[in-house]
Amino acid sequence: MAAGPYSAKVMDHFMNPRNVGEIEAADGIGEVGNPACGDMMRLYLKIEEGRVVDAKFRTFGCGAAIASSSMLTEMIKGKTVEEAREITNHSVAEALDGLPAVKIHCSVMAEQAVKSALDDYVRKHPG
Amino acid sequence: MAKVFFDHISTTPLDPRVLEAMMPYLTEWYGNPSSHIHGQGQAALRAVDQARGETAALIGAKPAEVIFTSGATEANNLAVLGAAEAAGPARRHVVVSEVEHFSVMNALIPLRNAGYEVTVLPVDRDGRVDPEAVRKALRPGTALVSVMQANSEIGTIEPVEEIGGIVRGAGAAFHVDATASAGHIPLDVRKLPADLVTLSAHNFYGPKGVGALYIREGTKVAPRTFGGFQEMGYRAGTENVPGIVGMGAAGAIAAREMEAWAERLNRLGRILWKGVAGIPLLHFTGHPSLRLPGHVSFWVEHAEGESLLLFLNLKGIMAASGSACSSNLRGHDEEDLVASPVLRAIGVPSDICTGSITFSLGKGNTEDDVRLAVDALPGIVSRLREMSPTYLDYQKQTARGG
Repeated sequence: MAAGPYSAKVMDHFMNPRNVGEIEAADGIGEVGNPACGDMMRLYLKIEEGRVVDAKFRTFGCGAAIASSSMLTEMIKGKTVEEAREITNHSVAEALDGLPAVKIHCSVMAEQAVKSALDDYVRKHPG
Repeated sequence: MAKVFFDHISTTPLDPRVLEAMMPYLTEWYGNPSSHIHGQGQAALRAVDQARGETAALIGAKPAEVIFTSGATEANNLAVLGAAEAAGPARRHVVVSEVEHFSVMNALIPLRNAGYEVTVLPVDRDGRVDPEAVRKALRPGTALVSVMQANSEIGTIEPVEEIGGIVRGAGAAFHVDATASAGHIPLDVRKLPADLVTLSAHNFYGPKGVGALYIREGTKVAPRTFGGFQEMGYRAGTENVPGIVGMGAAGAIAAREMEAWAERLNRLGRILWKGVAGIPLLHFTGHPSLRLPGHVSFWVEHAEGESLLLFLNLKGIMAASGSACSSNLRGHDEEDLVASPVLRAIGVPSDICTGSITFSLGKGNTEDDVRLAVDALPGIVSRLREMSPTYLDYQKQTARGG
């Protein structure tokens, strides 16, 4: 898929997004962005014994936002909570074989969604 | 896979007859019209003269009132800056509508910097300028009023005849940007009281890189390009002979065929309009009837514009987003991701401005092309909504009866 502004990997994740949906009684839910800015992401995490065992998302946004969300859910599954906190916008963008300069905020949104969901997890599971 | 082009408002394909007219001036006749002592220059000069006549005839003008430029942007710049400067120190006020093209809006920056006052007129929800608002905005010191004939993003046709009549009485110059409309709907300067009119060849099946500014006899315009004495002194530089020939040929074809094109495109446009109207939470933009032929624009809630366009493109359907949010993928930074000023002007809430889509049909489109889009769109919208957290919330809210 060379036609267009995005890498083949972005288009693959855009056309076939992984892990779209919700998790009932999720251990952590993160919501970032704002439709007014053109994109919004909600990330659901299931965490068992300090490890992310499942991740789902719903995203309103452009191709890069949907692909970043999808890639993030693939990257985060199986990681410990500590490892998940290490996910950055760069690692998401890199895993997608890069994003156009004006779309870097989409990968930033993915990074912020992880932080937001893990903060929610800590709140729900104190100690 | 089908390849259907529904983005004629951005540009149109070159008519093969236009290419045929241009070819001799890209090959055997390479002369410079300013150096016409010999056969080569004579041929070029005659070709430019003929094209000037053809371009003038498209809008009912005299050949001497048409200046060729590098395109609509240069013509708009020349109209706004040239007329403002030529109006002299007693007239340092300019009036424009809120929905003008960037090549008018951004030409106001140097004027403001030079101390000119600018009045930006609002539009109604259909994108129309109120002629009475123009009357109220006019002052003894108004140099220029600029209102487009039709808007590319939302298709709305402006009441330029009425506005022109009002401006004429006030002694200001009236500029009409007809980039999106010339060659598609009638424009006759013998009836339209405009002093300046911008035309773009590639918007009516001519080549890119050439446009024209109509300057009514007696209208004062200061040049913006300095050099030789081409284009009656308004626009220095060796003429783009093949481009100008192409513009003339395209203008002559449009003058003959535009009525038939418009009738067909209005019919196809109605099929598209009706075909997508059933999509829930879809909102059409622009005036429902006073609009460009074959132009259908709308936004859909809970489905972002660029994603819609990407999925349409995957099905071979090339449309455009009215929103700079998605069209500026090649912008320098995220500051370029701003909501469309036109959509803001017609009151589209900014949180869903990113869903705006423009289908602009051209003379090559068929009813099958339209059916393809009508069949594809509902599924694409549903697919994006199923992914959207805002749609999930909306559904929960409606289920609760909220």
